[in-house]
Amino acid sequence: MDGAEPLVELEGATVRFGAFTALDGVDFRMFPGEVHSLMGENGAGKSTLIKAITGVLPLDEGSLTLAGESVQFATPHAAQAAGVSTVYQEVDLLPNLSVAENIWLGREPRRFGLIDNAAMRRQASEVLDGLGLDIDPASILGSHSLAVQQLVAIARAISTDLRVLVLDEPTSSLDTDEVAELFRVIRDLKQRGVAILFVSHFLDQVYEICDRVTVLRDGALVGEYLTTELLRIDLVQKMLGRDVAEFATRERVVEPDLPPDPFLSARGITSAPGIVDADIDVAEGEVLGLAGLLGSGRTELARALTGIDRPQSGIIRIEKSEVRLESPRHALQIGVVYSSENRRTEGLLPELSILENIVLAVQAQQGAMRRIPLARQRELAMSWIDALGIRPSDPDRKVGTLSGGNQQKVMLARLLALSPRVLVLDEPTRGIDVGAKVEIQNLVGELADNGLAVIFISAELEEVLRVGDRVAILREGRVAETLTADSLNPDTLLALVAQPDLPEA
Amino acid sequence: MRILRHRLFWPAAALVTLLVVNTIANPNFARITIRDGQLYGNPITILRDSAPLMLVALGMTLVIATRGIDLSVGAIMAVSGAVALTIIDDSPNPGSVGTVVVAVIVAVVVGLVLGVWNGFLVSVIGIQPIIATLVLMLAGRGVALLITGGEITTVNSAPYKFIASGYLIILPIAFFIWVAAVVVVSMLERRTALGMLTESVGINPEASRLAGVRSRGIIWSAYIASGVLAGIAGVIYASNTMAADANSAGYLIELYAILAVVLGGTSLMGGKFSIAGTVIGVMTVQALEKAILFLGVPPAQAPVFFAVVVVVVVLLQAPRVHAWGRAAGRRMGVGAKPRTDDRKEVAA
Repeated sequence: MDGAEPLVELEGATVRFGAFTALDGVDFRMFPGEVHSLMGENGAGKSTLIKAITGVLPLDEGSLTLAGESVQFATPHAAQAAGVSTVYQEVDLLPNLSVAENIWLGREPRRFGLIDNAAMRRQASEVLDGLGLDIDPASILGSHSLAVQQLVAIARAISTDLRVLVLDEPTSSLDTDEVAELFRVIRDLKQRGVAILFVSHFLDQVYEICDRVTVLRDGALVGEYLTTELLRIDLVQKMLGRDVAEFATRERVVEPDLPPDPFLSARGITSAPGIVDADIDVAEGEVLGLAGLLGSGRTELARALTGIDRPQSGIIRIEKSEVRLESPRHALQIGVVYSSENRRTEGLLPELSILENIVLAVQAQQGAMRRIPLARQRELAMSWIDALGIRPSDPDRKVGTLSGGNQQKVMLARLLALSPRVLVLDEPTRGIDVGAKVEIQNLVGELADNGLAVIFISAELEEVLRVGDRVAILREGRVAETLTADSLNPDTLLALVAQPDLPEA
Repeated sequence: MRILRHRLFWPAAALVTLLVVNTIANPNFARITIRDGQLYGNPITILRDSAPLMLVALGMTLVIATRGIDLSVGAIMAVSGAVALTIIDDSPNPGSVGTVVVAVIVAVVVGLVLGVWNGFLVSVIGIQPIIATLVLMLAGRGVALLITGGEITTVNSAPYKFIASGYLIILPIAFFIWVAAVVVVSMLERRTALGMLTESVGINPEASRLAGVRSRGIIWSAYIASGVLAGIAGVIYASNTMAADANSAGYLIELYAILAVVLGGTSLMGGKFSIAGTVIGVMTVQALEKAILFLGVPPAQAPVFFAVVVVVVVLLQAPRVHAWGRAAGRRMGVGAKPRTDDRKEVAA
């Protein structure tokens, strides 16, 4: 491949935001027909690099070459016209329009100046067929799953003269089958000579699909490697620039399958949408992992247990006495806290400071009229900033400017400041860098050792096994089984989680 | 250059510019005279006349911070003015301080009740604020007409007239009333946790709910505050004219209040708010109105003049315009504005 001409070539790319240099003299190249991965911790400059090659941000210095020609994209639209398209994690299509309309939006086939709907559907059908996708072009986009919407976004990109496709965290909301479908499409595009930039924090997927990896750290280039020649541990080390923080293995409480004296015990929880007759037990000092595919009801169960949604039926007991959780506020009051998987929409207040974000829940419990004295607020915030290692450690810094991992810690700090007794964490490590992930996993262990009952939800089965003492397996809204983590390995857990989706092969 | 980035820098700069331009155009604009130990002159008139708008804009700031809007404030002013004047008119003794005190209290309580109604529609029933308050905006003036029996009630009551035109020590009473309101609201928001919780609800209602914030009470309290403040504004307005005119009291004041809040740097998207900014915004609007009168802009052209100045002020504050300004400065190689010193070599 070294003999071939690179399709995209970025030389000495530098992008600054004020005094902050987000990208510092980075060289980057992509060849036609390759899947290339961009790796780095949050804040390494991945997004900035993507924006630089897709026309979202101008380069302060350096040059961009596309197929041998020097180019400067003023807008994302200009980049698209030149064959450089991006599909974002959160699909930016119009859910209220049909699939065909979304594919052709802005360049609809016309007849006598009017949109030719029949031709539009026919052509959309051809594009979808070409990708081996069985989607009705007349159906409304919003009626499809996120995975299908993402594939439609790719179909939209392909329907132009596509040369470079950027996929930014495309798999973070997909389940295993959907990822396989996406990979099939990616391989197909690769055959056609498209250069694909695949950005993901799932190392497994990077190794499965990518030919080449470029690693960034702190806005600078670390190096470019062939995936086949780079050991996983080396890749992580290059990303972190230091030795990987070891996950402290914690003494597991050796318990029988059901703790005799669960702190929180739920029976027959039925909650719309999708949770049917679920039983859950967690003991003090225990981490219960919750494993299941997307759509298995992981989040819905967590919300029903913490007062966010009110279950239609079922009983929740805490220390043997029945409680009725009327609202999140009520649940927080009795020490049952929930950390949402959606930091941005259900967690943080980006325009407020770290301090305000941390004291928010405690202050809300106290009531608006009894303000916590400023000195006490500062002390409280600083103690959590230190305890969780929130960086930067400036309590007056706006939370919106922090990296994903630190935002997650701020959210945890807000809940931990309430001295909770049951902690329900919904995907606390999603979309954050490897270092912060290990820190949060360790922290969950420490919290359990201090007597908290923790429910830990993650889409990554290995993580569930590493953190959990026991694992509850969710399938289609039911708790199918609860097993000790020691009795499982990622393969057996995967088999259990995926069971109903695996008819006889 | 830190001061350039303070959120109140541009609102304050706009106000100062406006005052300076007026003074240059006619030095008499800034002249203050003392008569009988009382101050007179344009600046004093601006301070006095801004009372109704200031009170209404204060309430509007809190409502906007919760992501809402209160269109009914003008109508509430009309109702509260009508209530106050009707009570005084019906009393056998319109000139007594007791009558006036009762009239003012009842009028303000009526404002409070209307605020409770708005807040109920928004926070409990969940109607969109613009629709919920539109109800009272349209119906309120009808209620005011009903109270006055369809007439413009006029009264003669020295204590009531004193509210708008009287002096305390050397400055107008109305000025002290709005200063007191600003102080009380600021204390209430910043000395309790109400301000932070209001911002949190305004930035993200769902995240706040999950953090245990009782957003219903917080949103409701903002509309109540807005109702009470509009009630007081109605009393002052009626005292100024000594007539309960259901159609012209507080006419369009909701829009001027929104303008003042936005000029003060509070975003219509809700969240972070600035009471000091609103004070500056009200002063800007008021100074502009005064300038139109003082500089002798013909009435037919006044709205256009007003609009042009507002557009200029808004442009002056727009972050995108600032960015263009910086870029232009860099291109011309003069006055490049690096954000911090360590960017100098880049800018040069």
